Amino acid sequence: MTTKDQVEHEEEVTRRDFLYVATGAVGAVGAASVVWPLVDQMNPSADVLALASVEVDLSTIPEGQTVKILWRGKPIFIRHRTAKEIARGIAGNNDPMVDPANDQDRAVKPQWLIMVGICTHLGCVPLENTEFQLGEHGGWYCPCHGSDYDIAGRIRKGPAPRNLDLPEYTYLTDTTVKIG
Amino acid sequence: MGSSNYQPTNKAVKWFEDRLPILGLMHSTLGAGYLAPRNLNYWWNFGSLAGFMLLVQIITGVILVMHYTPHVDMAFRAVEHIMRDVNYGWLIRYTHSNGASMFFVVVYIHILRGMYFGSYKSPREVLWFLGLVIYLLMMATGFMGYVLPWGQMSFWGATVITNLFGAFDFYEGMGESILHLLWGGFAVDNPTLQRFFSLHYLLPFVIVGVVILHIWALHLPGSNNPLGIDAKGPGDKIPFHPYYTAKDLFGLSFFIVILAIFIFYMPNIMGHPDNYIEANPMLTPAHIVPEWYYLPFYTILKAVPDKLFGVIAMFASILIFFVLPWLDGSKIRSAKFRPTTAFFFWLFLLNTLYLGYLGTKLPDEIMIDMAGGIDALTMGRISSVFYFAYFIVIVPLVSRMESTKPVPTSISQSVLDANKKG
Amino acid sequence: MLNRLKNIGLMTLAVSALTIGGLTSANAAGASAYPLKEYDWPHAGPFGMFDKPSLQRGLQVYKEVCASCHSLDMVAFRELKALGYNVDEIKAFAAEYEFPNGFDDEGEEKYRKGFPQDYFPAPYGNEEDARDANNGAFPPDFSLLGKSREHLSLFTPWNSIYGEDYIVGILNTYHEDAPEGVELPEGMNYNEAFSGNLIAMAPPLFDDIVEYADGTPATTEQMAKDVATFMYWAAEPKMEVRKKMGLKVIIFMSILTIMLYFVNKRVWRKIKKGDDIA
Repeated sequence: MTTKDQVEHEEEVTRRDFLYVATGAVGAVGAASVVWPLVDQMNPSADVLALASVEVDLSTIPEGQTVKILWRGKPIFIRHRTAKEIARGIAGNNDPMVDPANDQDRAVKPQWLIMVGICTHLGCVPLENTEFQLGEHGGWYCPCHGSDYDIAGRIRKGPAPRNLDLPEYTYLTDTTVKIG
Repeated sequence: MGSSNYQPTNKAVKWFEDRLPILGLMHSTLGAGYLAPRNLNYWWNFGSLAGFMLLVQIITGVILVMHYTPHVDMAFRAVEHIMRDVNYGWLIRYTHSNGASMFFVVVYIHILRGMYFGSYKSPREVLWFLGLVIYLLMMATGFMGYVLPWGQMSFWGATVITNLFGAFDFYEGMGESILHLLWGGFAVDNPTLQRFFSLHYLLPFVIVGVVILHIWALHLPGSNNPLGIDAKGPGDKIPFHPYYTAKDLFGLSFFIVILAIFIFYMPNIMGHPDNYIEANPMLTPAHIVPEWYYLPFYTILKAVPDKLFGVIAMFASILIFFVLPWLDGSKIRSAKFRPTTAFFFWLFLLNTLYLGYLGTKLPDEIMIDMAGGIDALTMGRISSVFYFAYFIVIVPLVSRMESTKPVPTSISQSVLDANKKG
Repeated sequence: MLNRLKNIGLMTLAVSALTIGGLTSANAAGASAYPLKEYDWPHAGPFGMFDKPSLQRGLQVYKEVCASCHSLDMVAFRELKALGYNVDEIKAFAAEYEFPNGFDDEGEEKYRKGFPQDYFPAPYGNEEDARDANNGAFPPDFSLLGKSREHLSLFTPWNSIYGEDYIVGILNTYHEDAPEGVELPEGMNYNEAFSGNLIAMAPPLFDDIVEYADGTPATTEQMAKDVATFMYWAAEPKMEVRKKMGLKVIIFMSILTIMLYFVNKRVWRKIKKGDDIA
């Protein structure tokens, strides 16, 4: 048997629970929305995002040499490849690879190979190995864990999971390129 | 904080609790384990609000440091970089700058509440001391923080305040040596900015430490209450949680609305426009004013014609709070039952506000248009004399001589009486 | 004895009341002989947003008139998006400026066109150069003038001086001749709004000194208002997002406050009645 008092009491309990839960939920939403600005402030700021794209005059790079420039805080390799090197790159197209890619797709103009000079394994800067000084694939060789890249920047041996990244770039004239 | 009666039911929690009883500590500090007087009014909300503001200042401060550069050539620009480029940077910086002001508002109310209801009296003297230490640390932190944006007021405020310490010139060259030590050079310059930055980052954590001691010292005698009588029987006290957690959360939420009005709609009203001009050691602004929370003491400094005694008077005006527990000889704590004390308390508050107002005035500005015009300097002197007279004459005399109203026998009795009436 | 003390207290109270009553008049007396004209700025108030056409006109005035002496160091071209320009317009705007870009093989300085990420270039290489060109006076940077010339008062808002009104005041209140009794030093001009009334800057604006692209008549007052709006934006570029977010935060927190009020009331009901001890 339930008395009138008990019914009222139960109704009150549900009403009270609803108020507590609703207030808790609103409070949680509020707390969560405070967290976002506190985290987002660590993302790149407006001036960093707007950082200059870099224009490079390629005509000053002699054949068979690599120029390193800094773009968005990262090293960019610009290699003026010799005809022999381009041939070597194309010849390697069908070799077994972790991240298969055609040499033709690695450079807009085959003599200018433009890559982000950061090993895709753990972020070291690979050393030049075009004369096979360090590794057996004749491109770049990462001293940290022995990732061996070929003359098109494709990973051939070692722990790196991907070929060296290609930045966005466009040719403004035949010999000037805008990176970014 | 004492021993805890916290008994976890969950086995894993109990395993942990047996090895580090931190949940029991929380339970007995801010949870159901802490028994507080049942009659605390809304003036008792300001303690938790002060704790909240300390947290806000530390979080926003740590974030600001991620984008700021403490160097005279870059600091001003770095603050503008935060305001313009960093994601939500303007929000974080305005929260920090307005938060500093609101922190002081909250702490001033907290102190005044303690004064009115006699929270400084036995057995809470050490609690009162620790609170005053927190306040002194806040003054130092706030002052050094104001220097960091390296605007005109930062620079000249730093120059004026550090020069105060040059007043301690007891033998030839002593004042100057103190100043060179403070500045790390021959004027406020890059070394000064860098050490202020270092200390501004450090001191808030020292404050956190003293706050823990403050809460520890609170939990031994327990909270005071508006009646100022000891909470004895079980009917006098209720668990902190859920009663005061609910009340504090409501107060906090309301307070955030007020804080938001300042941050979003008048973010610069507590600051000084000259601080949006980069520091220039060659050019002093026409009118140097400290941040509002130092103004009463600034007026006392200006009121004394001698430099050394001015500085001593200024420091004394704050340090005198330390002896308040002994200046007040009354057996009753709360001003509720001490009408004369209450009257002079309000007068003291008005006078202090007026001292603050005078702090923004030039010494020869006319304050009262009678008797040929009374200037701000004269009014500052009158108000300063009253300020000290309150502590040295009024409180000792009134507390020992006034006729008081009857005090209730217990908190629970006064609650029941009030319910019968209402 | 105590009563006497109390009487002294009451007298002090009366004196303070007198003083506080005298505050407003004292302030009014201390104010300048030339009160600033106050405008209703569309961006004032809690809901006020920038008048974009006015911002664009203000930019035009800055670029064609002020920029020959005043820098705008902290504003990047990319930020002009807030004035209602699109990316291509900003690129074209930036490309009108030249920036040093290293040295060529003969050691001569090279130049490049501006990009959106560049900042407004300063008219002078350094302060000495600027003073030399301006009769010894240093034209201040515009980035923060909108805020650094304000005087806001929380408790006596009617005494507040707003940065925009001040800027318009400076631009609009030149006297051709100084009032009698005021000696005008060589190279100085008489201005109502400027502190001390003697300003090195010659009157910069004349009717139709610029031709507005949108056909607005370029009166001196119109140009002054437009450039003041632009300068306030330059000083407080996040004002719009700040006010919009503020509205949301305050509505949200008000709702939460009301809910917490009822939670608190419910939690306390038994205790308030004294049921637990009765």
